[in-house]
Amino acid sequence: MATIYIENTPYEVPTGKNLLEAVLSLGKDLPYFCWHPAMGSIGACRQCAVKVYKDENDTKGKLFMSCMEQVRDGMRLSIADMEAKEFRAHIIGWLMTNHPHDCAVCDEGGACHLQDMTVMTGHNYRAYRFDKRTYINQYLGPFINHEMNRCIQCYRCVRYYKDYAGGKDLDVFAAHNHLYFGRHEDGVLESEFSGNLVEVCPTGVFTDKTLKQHYTRKWDLTMAPSVCHHCSLGCNITAGERYGTLRNITNRYNGEVNGYFLCDRGRFGYEHVNHVGRIRKPLVRARLPEATDKLTALQAAAAVFRTGSVIGIGSPRASLESNFMLKTLVGDDNFHLGVSDTDYDLECLALKILKEGAARTPSLREVEQADAVFILGEDLINTAPMLALAVRQSVRRQPALEHISKASIPVWQDAAVREIVQDEMGPLFIATIHDTKLDEIATHTYHDTPDAIARLGFAVAHFIHADFPEVSGLNENELQLARQIADTLLAAKKPLVVSGTHCGSERVLMATANIANALVAKEREAGIVFTLPECNSMGLAMLGGHKLDSAFEAIFNGYADTVIILENDLYRRASAGRVTNFLKSCKNVIVLDHLHNATTEEASILLAAGTFAESDGTLINNEGRAQRFFQVYPTSEDLQESWRWLGELGTILAHDRISHWHGFDDILQAMVKEKPEFKGIEAVAPGTDFRIAGQKIPRAPHRFSGRTAMLANINVNEPKPPVDPDAPLSYTMEGYRGQPPSSIIPFFWAPGWNSSQATNKYQQEVGGHLKGGDPGLRLIKPNTAHTAPYTQTVPQKFQPLEGHLYVLPLHHIFGSEELSMHSPPIVERAPEPYVLLNEEDAILTKLQEGQSLSFTIDGQIYQVPVKISTHIRSGTAGLPAGLPGIPYAELPAWATLNRELKWRQQPQTTY
Amino acid sequence: MFSLLRSMWLTFLHAFHKRDTILYPEQKAILPTRWRGRIVLSRDPDGGERCVACNLCAAACPVDCIALQATEDSTGRRYPEFFRINFSRCIFCGFCEDACPTYAIQLIPDFEMGEYNRQNLVYEKEDLLINGQGKYHGYNYYKVAGLAIGGKGKGEAENESPPVDIKSLIP
Ligand code: SF4
Ligand code: SF4
Ligand code: SF4
Ligand code: SF4
Ligand code: FES
Repeated sequence: MATIYIENTPYEVPTGKNLLEAVLSLGKDLPYFCWHPAMGSIGACRQCAVKVYKDENDTKGKLFMSCMEQVRDGMRLSIADMEAKEFRAHIIGWLMTNHPHDCAVCDEGGACHLQDMTVMTGHNYRAYRFDKRTYINQYLGPFINHEMNRCIQCYRCVRYYKDYAGGKDLDVFAAHNHLYFGRHEDGVLESEFSGNLVEVCPTGVFTDKTLKQHYTRKWDLTMAPSVCHHCSLGCNITAGERYGTLRNITNRYNGEVNGYFLCDRGRFGYEHVNHVGRIRKPLVRARLPEATDKLTALQAAAAVFRTGSVIGIGSPRASLESNFMLKTLVGDDNFHLGVSDTDYDLECLALKILKEGAARTPSLREVEQADAVFILGEDLINTAPMLALAVRQSVRRQPALEHISKASIPVWQDAAVREIVQDEMGPLFIATIHDTKLDEIATHTYHDTPDAIARLGFAVAHFIHADFPEVSGLNENELQLARQIADTLLAAKKPLVVSGTHCGSERVLMATANIANALVAKEREAGIVFTLPECNSMGLAMLGGHKLDSAFEAIFNGYADTVIILENDLYRRASAGRVTNFLKSCKNVIVLDHLHNATTEEASILLAAGTFAESDGTLINNEGRAQRFFQVYPTSEDLQESWRWLGELGTILAHDRISHWHGFDDILQAMVKEKPEFKGIEAVAPGTDFRIAGQKIPRAPHRFSGRTAMLANINVNEPKPPVDPDAPLSYTMEGYRGQPPSSIIPFFWAPGWNSSQATNKYQQEVGGHLKGGDPGLRLIKPNTAHTAPYTQTVPQKFQPLEGHLYVLPLHHIFGSEELSMHSPPIVERAPEPYVLLNEEDAILTKLQEGQSLSFTIDGQIYQVPVKISTHIRSGTAGLPAGLPGIPYAELPAWATLNRELKWRQQPQTTY
Repeated sequence: MFSLLRSMWLTFLHAFHKRDTILYPEQKAILPTRWRGRIVLSRDPDGGERCVACNLCAAACPVDCIALQATEDSTGRRYPEFFRINFSRCIFCGFCEDACPTYAIQLIPDFEMGEYNRQNLVYEKEDLLINGQGKYHGYNYYKVAGLAIGGKGKGEAENESPPVDIKSLIP
């Protein structure tokens, strides 16, 4: 700690920071542009000037850029000094000489850092009397809108896009006062993290194109803290609504999880909520839709329940509460997890390893601090995008930290650090089934079958610790690579192994567990990260239940005749033939879901479930962190959370436990009682009756407009404001105006800070944890004592089969996930169906790129255009998982090649 | 006693003064142009809708009686998809007019808005939009803003130089 004097008042601040960070952490206002807490300082904008004095007798002082000055003990500075103030006002005046007269039509307006800073400095009239410079904009794809005239040349965009996120196609062009930030030509921004430009850019140059389709100012949004439902990492998001539709997703800072950023699937994949295919009211097959309402549907479901024997199928994309409610309603013995059988085994294994293994799962922030990473079988950018970004930071950071300690440069000195590091990168080894986008920063890559990856992993574990099983039959290169990886991991302070369920191999998970255990046995502070298929896969695995296949069997052998399916399209979980057969064999099918799909078509009773934006619930992410998400806007009574439907059904049926639960908090209590593992989950967010100064926390900002007009077209008499029975949040702007506890921050705002930069005011120190601790509770603790090898069995080498291909699942950030594929911009970025084939196999089958290959997996015939790759192993093929247009098959699986019937060209004869 | 008589006398004299009361509605009062009455949405000199759906009026309104939704035409020109004022709530404070950066929303000297049914006091854009510039002549926001719209490309607004050629090396 150091003492600094601001306007002669002493303050205690941590050393190692720059003055700007220190000042902001103290809660003071100081304008800035180019500095970003995640990216450090470069001193480009000159906006953060303060006066620094030599000692207490110095009255003149000198202007310093606060973001470029290290905190020193006894330092004296002034923010309010007249000269510093004038300087800052002038700087912004100059930055704005070319700024267009756009605020009224600018999507940034109302949440614009430039507006905020302009007001803060007091600059208000343009003194420059000459013409404004203008630019031609670019088309940047379906996510981002470009309006280059608004740029103030702070360089944040390129520093984020290129340096931080590793993008290649955004840069700064031209010279002097013609600087241009964009692509070399019009085209889609390639990075999977391009959406963060919207929040990184302090002006309206880069704005959210999806928001533009239904534009709403930040002050007019009703917002709630939520959790992204598009992968297993559980990034924290803020979802905003207006006039009954979801308008945008913005980052919700969580110092442990996503920090300042989101991936594009999470940010732009929300349109399923507004989709035309939404189920908005309950339907009963035997009744006219008009004659069906909530009560009749519930009664119909209750009648079915009373007469039949019922099994339930849960869902990894539904909240823990909904799954728990279904499990309670149908009974433990009749609850099935609703994931494919492959995923079931993989998820259970992953959970088991995390609980029994010796290594701990680091949070995303801790991943950034790892100094050697080994990825087994995961194409992270496509399966857990933000984890890929975190790994990228670890690779950037490792050499930087080394150099910094030698050269005594502070970490935040971004330009200097980059200069000294050049293109050195920290150790990263990637073993995957085909090439991935992270390969470019890897020390070494290895592309082979899952079994080969597992064998490499086992070999690494053996080289780390001799007690771990040896692998025979590895070739020289593999042995050398295994040894190199082992040595690197051993040399690291915080080695990390990453794997997951996405290559469909239990052996890869076990190999990863072996490496982690071996490292811990060698007393290394090792971390292990598993990615899982969906947002609540972990929660579902922890809740426990039977396999999907046994659900099918239960119906086929007459044990049950009715099924309740919770937010699950079974056609994505098992082969089409089997699912159809199953659904047809059920006497009654009750489905709860929010979008029409193949499964809902077979429903005899369909209950309209709320999406994440219309529900409260808890998700457990891949690290075992339980996180609460809140309903964003009220719905009609015909559309409600799945757990509420099931709870009401239980009450009608006079279920002995459910009928005693009155509200959300009771469900949580019951869940903890039932499953002690979930202890603490009830306190992840404050309970329903939580109040500050007797008030709820408002979801709408205090400038929310139009309350007495938005519904006046329907009825001029305003309805009573809706009440939220499940959360300490109100749907209106009334309520407590101060900072709420970190888990229920509906939006970041502070006086004078309307943009997302207001996050500074909610953190203990800028870029650190939120005040009161980051939200979420980790439920899984490793067993540090258990350092024995997880398994002794090493898989055999992969043997190709003549006339067959071993088909492996390939994942796509845009395309593989069910819900986001209802967002038009995501669909635009998704690939067309294809099958990835090795070059040699392509020659063998006489196929060229684009020609179609016909094969059969488990009775399902596929005919898909071929893409040729040199990376995928010969004898295997890659098929995109979850992509519309490619029927489901449980992968990996052997495919039989079908010989195509080719019509021979007959010479035409004319008589 | 004297003051009492004096007051009566003064009051009596009023009988011969010129009358202030007018016989409304046969006779109309002449209201100053700055009188804050019925709200209209005006058009720019080129006949385009002036409102750019910036939401500032709605935010300024102390009784929150303005609701609108922004949309864009194919050329990128932003305008309100709907624009609703609930006059049964409006207090005719004129804040919306002050807040409007485009002179679109204006309060005019017309107060004859009485209705038997309160629902009829809800005005939509069709009821608000007039076919002229209202009180403020000559201003066209899009001619000043940097946004390109149909008929006005980059660098064609007031005080703008033509778009820079970023490939050029000339200083
Ligand atoms: S970037 Fe900010 S200051 Fe510039 S036009 Fe947009 S809202 Fe206004
Ligand atoms: S585009 Fe935005 S982030 Fe990039 S330099 Fe300009 S103002 Fe800064
Ligand atoms: S005059 Fe006042 S109350 Fe009426 S719409 Fe305008 S701002 Fe609102
Ligand atoms: S302030 Fe003016 S331009 Fe903006 S929405 Fe209101 S009427 Fe339209
Ligand atoms: S923030 Fe300090 S110079 Fe830009």
